[in-house]
Amino acid sequence: MKRFFDRLILIDRRVIFLFISLSVIVPLLVKVELPLEVTPEVRRVYELVESLPDGSRILIPCEYAPDVMAEMEPMLYAILRQCYRKNLKVIVTALYPTGVNLIEKELRYMADQMGKKYAEDYVYLGYRPYPAAVILSMGQDFRQSFAVDFYGTPLDSLPMMKGVKNYKDVGLVLTVNATGGTEYWIIYGRERYNFPLAIGVTAVMGADYYNYLKTGQIVGIIPGLKGAAEYEKLIDQPGEAVRGMNIQSIVHLLIVIFVLVGNVGFFLSGQYKKKK
Amino acid sequence: MPISTDIGVWVAVFFTLCIFSFLYKDNPFYKFAEHVAVGVSAGYWFVVLMKETLEPAVFLPLKQGRWNLVPGPFGIFLLILPVLIGLLLFFRFSKKYNYIARIPIALIYGIGAGPTLVQYLQNSVIRQIQPTMVKISFASWDSFSEVLIAVGVVCGLTYFFFSKEHRGTIGAVAKVGIWTLMIGFGATFGFTVMARVSLLIGRFVFLMRDWLGVIS
Repeated sequence: MKRFFDRLILIDRRVIFLFISLSVIVPLLVKVELPLEVTPEVRRVYELVESLPDGSRILIPCEYAPDVMAEMEPMLYAILRQCYRKNLKVIVTALYPTGVNLIEKELRYMADQMGKKYAEDYVYLGYRPYPAAVILSMGQDFRQSFAVDFYGTPLDSLPMMKGVKNYKDVGLVLTVNATGGTEYWIIYGRERYNFPLAIGVTAVMGADYYNYLKTGQIVGIIPGLKGAAEYEKLIDQPGEAVRGMNIQSIVHLLIVIFVLVGNVGFFLSGQYKKKK
Repeated sequence: MPISTDIGVWVAVFFTLCIFSFLYKDNPFYKFAEHVAVGVSAGYWFVVLMKETLEPAVFLPLKQGRWNLVPGPFGIFLLILPVLIGLLLFFRFSKKYNYIARIPIALIYGIGAGPTLVQYLQNSVIRQIQPTMVKISFASWDSFSEVLIAVGVVCGLTYFFFSKEHRGTIGAVAKVGIWTLMIGFGATFGFTVMARVSLLIGRFVFLMRDWLGVIS
């Protein structure tokens, strides 16, 4: 028996990798549906967007690169779907250099899907360096940092931007962010100019930003793929995130089993006594 | 859906498999993919910063003769001076004069620290302390979490108080502090696992949908 437990804690890590891979591949091939509860912090973001009057403007600063696309893309798509359904006018910035073209591609894709036109339904301002300075200057006038949009067109020639000066002219700022820039939006943006701010962040960042929810510095948070899946459920259009979360739950279960097996093996194999 | 014929997809598949090969063991394919990723990323940063920063802020005004960014005799300095100060950074490559590079570095730190210090202190530190000083009614579970936050903060800070030995009452409070920290680390680690698994799922979806076409 002791030898069995000794073997248990010596399982080759590649065996674990193989099991994890299978737990992703099999549910992808065989449709799996698991229950998904919507958390209050994600619901708050949804309800706030929903409460904006039709035709009002929303600022969505997107700051992420292709490495976290799997988490952030479904999140952005779900948010954009809701905005376009409500006929909100979407203004997008990208204050992280390696995501500039990716975000432009995603915006075009979603606009095509929803039949929306550039400059009338959405505007892409692109990248400017030094996020903190850009966020501060946008509080005075968007044109201070973005005299022209991503394509080089002056902001005043874009129909959607007429009468839009600064944060006062947008109903909500909802940053989809995988960088430290999230903090800039809270500290230099929300705190300085007092606009409603919601954030969508990667799961890694999630735990670090819940404290801002408690202080009321953000109105809601969409954390990682789970948050994106909840958002897809709220807009009643399950997509990549919901599929991902079904698989995610299976993988998590497997990880928990491996952790338990490893610990049982450790305590019953004699290794524990040796270490003591 | 048939297998992809897009060359871009095949390149991405090759690099994905190169990275995955590390799970078996370290190998030249993994190393190659790792170096390409770093190189491409650096090149991409360079191009974007050149196109979005230097071109509109320096090259175009110089080319178009828009030297005076603000009216008055000193306007030209707003364009030229930052460029000159920035160029001083290249003295890093000189063994004799590398100390000159400290001037722009000091400016960058100074300008960065100036607004950051006050804003962070006010909006991060002080605002974060506020939830530990709220009126507790004991009428709902919210009050329980407020007490928990206050206790966690005090105990956590006590753990980092090193001027007195952690024995007796201080030791007990510090012990609660370390438990609080451990729970925090656990939550962070849980989120990290979720994030990494999300990325793995993303890659498998890419391989099975965009490349092999076996899922929709």
